[in-house]
Amino acid sequence: MSTAQRDPIQAHVQLTGVTKRYGGVTALDNVDFECELGSVHAVLGENGAGKSTLIKIMSGVVQPDEGEIRLNGTPVSFSHPAAANAQGIVCIFQELSLLSDLSVADNISIADPPRRFGLIDGKAQRRRAEELLARIGCEDVNPMSRVRDLPLSRRQMVEIAKALAKNPNVLILDEATSALTAADVETVFDILRRLRDDGISILTISHRMHEIEAIADKCSVFRNGRHIETFQQGARSEGEIVQMMIGREITAHFPPKPPPPDAPKPMLQLEKYSWEDKLKSIDLSVGAGEIVGLGGLDGQGQKELLLGLFGVLKGTSGQVTVQGKAVDINSPQDAKRAGVDLALIPEDRKTEGLMLPMSIADNLTIASLKRLSRGIFVDGDALTAAVEDGIQRMQIKVGSNSDPVSTLSGGNQQKVVIAKWLMTDPKIILLNDPTRGIDVGTKQEIYRLLRNLAETGASIIYYSTDYEELIGCCDRVAVMYDGEIVRELQGDEINERNIIASALKMDEAAE
Amino acid sequence: MNDIRVRLSQNAALLTAIAIFILSYVFYNMNHPRGFSVAVLIQNSNEVFTLAMVAMAQTVPVLMGGLDLSVGAIMTLVNTIASHLLNGSPLQIALGMVISLAAGAACGFVNGCIVVYGRIQPIIATLATGAIFLGLALFLRPSPGGNVDDDLSWAATNDLYEIAATYGYAQNGEAAWFQPISWIPVPLVLLVLVAVLVWLPFARSVTGRTVYAVGSGEGAAYMSGLPIDRAKIAAFTLGGFFAGIGGLYLTLQTSSGNADIPQAGAYTLNSIAAVVIGGTSLLGGVGTAIGSIFGALILRTISFNFRIFEIDPLMQPLFEGVVLLAAVSLGAFRVLRVKNTLELFR
Repeated sequence: MSTAQRDPIQAHVQLTGVTKRYGGVTALDNVDFECELGSVHAVLGENGAGKSTLIKIMSGVVQPDEGEIRLNGTPVSFSHPAAANAQGIVCIFQELSLLSDLSVADNISIADPPRRFGLIDGKAQRRRAEELLARIGCEDVNPMSRVRDLPLSRRQMVEIAKALAKNPNVLILDEATSALTAADVETVFDILRRLRDDGISILTISHRMHEIEAIADKCSVFRNGRHIETFQQGARSEGEIVQMMIGREITAHFPPKPPPPDAPKPMLQLEKYSWEDKLKSIDLSVGAGEIVGLGGLDGQGQKELLLGLFGVLKGTSGQVTVQGKAVDINSPQDAKRAGVDLALIPEDRKTEGLMLPMSIADNLTIASLKRLSRGIFVDGDALTAAVEDGIQRMQIKVGSNSDPVSTLSGGNQQKVVIAKWLMTDPKIILLNDPTRGIDVGTKQEIYRLLRNLAETGASIIYYSTDYEELIGCCDRVAVMYDGEIVRELQGDEINERNIIASALKMDEAAE
Repeated sequence: MNDIRVRLSQNAALLTAIAIFILSYVFYNMNHPRGFSVAVLIQNSNEVFTLAMVAMAQTVPVLMGGLDLSVGAIMTLVNTIASHLLNGSPLQIALGMVISLAAGAACGFVNGCIVVYGRIQPIIATLATGAIFLGLALFLRPSPGGNVDDDLSWAATNDLYEIAATYGYAQNGEAAWFQPISWIPVPLVLLVLVAVLVWLPFARSVTGRTVYAVGSGEGAAYMSGLPIDRAKIAAFTLGGFFAGIGGLYLTLQTSSGNADIPQAGAYTLNSIAAVVIGGTSLLGGVGTAIGSIFGALILRTISFNFRIFEIDPLMQPLFEGVVLLAAVSLGAFRVLRVKNTLELFR
């Protein structure tokens, strides 16, 4: 490429020959990449493809070992995130960067609060927060509330407001829409389009193809730390893109569904199950070998239903019957005891799924120590065997079993969480959005695994924010709205149109 | 309206501490033979001031998620330094006060540097430096004693009238405009001044905000581009400064210096109790030094009550322990209201 001849669109951020190694692993390998003014550029790739490292380098979290970054043609180097912010490069990270004990207004202005006489001007800060929240359609959030007290989807919107407060000219979104409701995603996309039209470069990482189709102008695919190809959005088919990402043909996204069994033996039955104002008289029955999806907009009680079943919520009412016996589950300890045999793959693997500093082996066996013990002592041989078995079964890519689990990639961490619970031989498996922020390859492994588990007689309740997964994986889908199940879809009824229609509680006559 | 509710709920612990203090202090005065008199108030404020300072000193590292085990030692070291310097001409005395406070801040600065650049956890770093500070204090004052300016000592530990009378301000304290305030005890004035002129601006500065941010989530604070190292050093330095004010005042109050090791330990432990009673979370991120002042007031009011009811003073630690437990349990009441048990671990 010659620099003398430029396209009419000027390259805004340009990376040349950028390489980054972590120990022996090359995360980015001699990458050339550019991001133009006034466009939305999607970066695609599996976990470990180098996407995260790319944006970490661009936003100053890590420094490249080799190569050069140019901003409007001038070489730059960022020693820390604030240095990148100062140049107008702002990143919304996948792991929320909000301070949960501080107020929404504090958080939005955290990097550069409005000041009077050198001190933070609370009133001005609040006005600023109100303006930004209004801009992203979050007037319902009180700027004085602590972030701790907000639901996840609101927190993510606050995160976006915080990024906008920095007046970015390059905005990077790392899975920033993963916890948002469908309505919020639309609002965010509208804002992104407006920012793009104002000449701001936007770089987005997402695993949701339909979102990329909706927003991106250009796409770049990364694989194994290399930049494979950049193309205009729409120039490549979904199949071609997936092919580029994983480097092998994928025949089907989802494993085939078996024909519905005549009358499956009911494994779990709920009658008039209620909690606070979040769950309203839920009736649901899940048979052995069935995968039942929970659908609907985010925050309609799906998570609470799973948490309630797992004994995390206090004060639930109604009847829970497991394998024909009425049970009373008051804690996760109750939930996993013999006869109930529940497992919950939680929403947030970093805080609820794993003990990050502990080893892979410890994490794998932590839920089944009782069955791996003789007397009061843990049986070392049984433990080793169980760990080997778990790693084999889930095909977790590990260096050594004794490495901290935090050293694994996101997808492999999630596999550890799942393997940990499979080790308890659960009869009923609850999954709370298990594929959030996970690469396509691992997602497909999880889909296959769920089907295999179902075939061996397990019952699965699967909450996903991604309609495609519900359609592809589930035998039945219960769509929730405001704490109630508004519709159960079965067989061919399970399609996007029906799910969305019920999620919005639209008239069923729309069929 | 909604705002008021949000504010009330966010400051519930502080408000509870204030309420408990007012109730117990009124109770004390009602039972005191000379209750509600200026003399009692002056005596009480003198007894409270040093602990209040040390409690404020403890608050800053605690907000950041650490503990400072050296606050009592810094107070003691500054006490021994000041006992050598607070005499001579007014200029010399002023210089002595500046040096004493600077010594306190310097001790805190050393703590901060060890924590930041040595990457050592605050609790263990300050355990070690605290021992060093006490060693220095013993070196400076092998046995109790000292030479402290009598006028200053008298003026600082009485009411405003005595300051005016001693130094000839406001027509020796007889000016008509001065009368409405002449009865206010000096330590109370100092307490308010320190809170308003040092703590409140700090809490509203970017550095102060960063201290809260680090306590709330250091990773997120870093990713937000906040000056974390600077904030940590500032937090310990400010803590050292507050402890230094405490040590300086102790010198004026006792007119001497004393490298009293058990006393240093007692102040450190009481400071932690005061911080907790004042509603600051030991996990960091939530609380304020104002709360810690009230925590110190509550602890001291307990001992005042012990005096007038002539309860065996040996019972006092037991009673203070019960109050501390009760205070912590009050904070734990929210646990009963939490319907989603997962939130307890966040």
